[in-house]
Amino acid sequence: MFDIDKWQEILATIKKNKMRTFLTGFSVAWGIFMLMILLGSGNGLSNGVASNFMNDAVNAMWIWTGETTIPYQGMKSGRSIQFHNEDQDLVRKVAGIGVSSGRYFMGNTRYSYGKESGEYTTITCQPELIKVENIILKEGRFINEIDLAQKRKVIVLGTDIKTALFKDSTAIGEYVNINKVPFKVVGISAEPGSTRNRNAYMPVSTAQMIFGGNNRLHNLTVTINATTLEESKAIEEQVRNVLARKHKFDPKDEGALGVFNKLEAYIQTMKIFQAIKIFIWIIGIGTLIAGIVGVSNIMLIVVKERTKEIGIRKAIGASPSSVIGLILLESIMITTIAGYIGLVLGTGLMELINYFMVQSAAAAAAAGAVASDQGGNNTMFLNPTVDITIAIYSTLLLIVAGAIAGYIPAKRAASIRPIAALRDE
Amino acid sequence: MIRLNNIHKSYEMGNNSLHVLKGIDLHIEQGDFVSIMGSSGSGKSTLLNILGMLDNYDTGTYHLAGNLIANMSEKKSAQLRNEMVGFVFQSFNLISFKNAMENVALPLYYKGVPRKKRNQIAMEYLEKLGLKEWASHMPNEMSGGQKQRVAIARALISKPKIILADEPTGALDSATSYEVMNILKEINQEGITVIIVTHEHDIAAMTSQIIRLNDGLIHEIIRNGELKKFQKEFIHGLEPA
Repeated sequence: MFDIDKWQEILATIKKNKMRTFLTGFSVAWGIFMLMILLGSGNGLSNGVASNFMNDAVNAMWIWTGETTIPYQGMKSGRSIQFHNEDQDLVRKVAGIGVSSGRYFMGNTRYSYGKESGEYTTITCQPELIKVENIILKEGRFINEIDLAQKRKVIVLGTDIKTALFKDSTAIGEYVNINKVPFKVVGISAEPGSTRNRNAYMPVSTAQMIFGGNNRLHNLTVTINATTLEESKAIEEQVRNVLARKHKFDPKDEGALGVFNKLEAYIQTMKIFQAIKIFIWIIGIGTLIAGIVGVSNIMLIVVKERTKEIGIRKAIGASPSSVIGLILLESIMITTIAGYIGLVLGTGLMELINYFMVQSAAAAAAAGAVASDQGGNNTMFLNPTVDITIAIYSTLLLIVAGAIAGYIPAKRAASIRPIAALRDE
Repeated sequence: MIRLNNIHKSYEMGNNSLHVLKGIDLHIEQGDFVSIMGSSGSGKSTLLNILGMLDNYDTGTYHLAGNLIANMSEKKSAQLRNEMVGFVFQSFNLISFKNAMENVALPLYYKGVPRKKRNQIAMEYLEKLGLKEWASHMPNEMSGGQKQRVAIARALISKPKIILADEPTGALDSATSYEVMNILKEINQEGITVIIVTHEHDIAAMTSQIIRLNDGLIHEIIRNGELKKFQKEFIHGLEPA
């Protein structure tokens, strides 16, 4: 194997048979190249779809109230339903509910600091919200349990609010007036994937106390511990039943109680996605088989073409194993190098596409911040790269296939009597 | 050196069996210069192939330098070929993608001689055969005579005891043929046994012993005195060439 002379002999043979080398190499390189593009595109699609779900926890569920639309127990429809703090406790007790955060809607809130002011959305919440919605902290901390318990007047500002009010100066520790009530800034937040960060976060208990909320809540954000569609639907059903009993409305009344179950949407999308992935793999395996057939074909021709050479080598003293070794090592070397080239070109192309997509996404994000009020990055194609182990295994498969395809005819050619091989023209 | 005892060989041709050699008894001494003659189908090439261990025989015994050549593994026979025998073929059988020097050096590759050394030895042999300037030429750039001389150099490089030549002049014109025969004669004078198969009488007449095959059997062996007569018959007028 590490006989330098043998490799020199192989290299010399490769050098003198450029066309043959090229054809063998091309079929391998092409197969791997196409496979990389195919799998890369599949992954890109997969990552794109997945990233659209990544903004919040995939097992998030949002529950909100409205007006009844179905008459129930003698009461007319059109009754408005109102959550209170105890409803959150009820929901918490439902089996399968993870963390939860209640929100009290404050309506318009005016933020001011010094001469700067603006209207921004205030999201009143509990510390658990950060586990449900994807909020990252640029500075400081999020709302904590003590804030909630002591009804502290603290606020976490979105980066856009901070920039608008504070410009470049430090915001943490400063007081902003919210509807003329001073709140201490404890953190600066941002939402990944969003181009607008105009939300501020306030402890819900503080909001209820200061802004006339009493113990009222408008919606609940929870996570559910479910892995299947059935489980998540059962939990949703339970929540509906518990709240319907408490507030006396028909559990089927979608108007009285709205529920958005993200896991349900996620699982459904992932099912579609699974199908796409299977489809891509079928095509990928097809491409690999085409590559294997191509390599095998060429190896058969190569051995046929070399029959006479094998006869000559045997006549002058080559043992069958050395003849087989020569042909096999040559084919393995060609397929390995060609496979590597295909691998590099394929992944290179996908990385290039990725690079340009990241660039254009950044440009679109910059444009989107001005143009659209709706933040969020709805790309369907993201990071179209291939798992390197899959790439390497595919290449190895082609190499092994090429070696086997070469070995069988090479063994036959090496075992025929040299005189018969010599007669072959 | 070579001792054949009642060698039989037949080829399966579909359902028919073609009995090519029907009991060959032959004794060739070290240093002999032998030609095997016979009409086509008489089994002369088959006999040569058996002598060269390129083909096996059905029954009988073949001793080469005291070794019984029978049921040998491919590896062992390849090794023996490499050590004992040098081949020269009618169609030269040079490897088309190797130049003259590399072709000549190839047997040494299978002997495990390092590249530099074997190329140097190959150059010596090419020089001996007057082909030093052609060392880097590919076979398709050379004339038939040159190619055959390269093939002879290749046969000689492993210092064999026997040179087996199957119609070595079959593809050459007569002037080149005699050149090649003179080379073979010189080789023989160095003590190497040379056995050639030919159907040309003038070529056979240049050897010291003629074995005539007829229908798979040795019809006659012409040597020494009888050969003189044979030579007179066929070489007359050719001497100046």
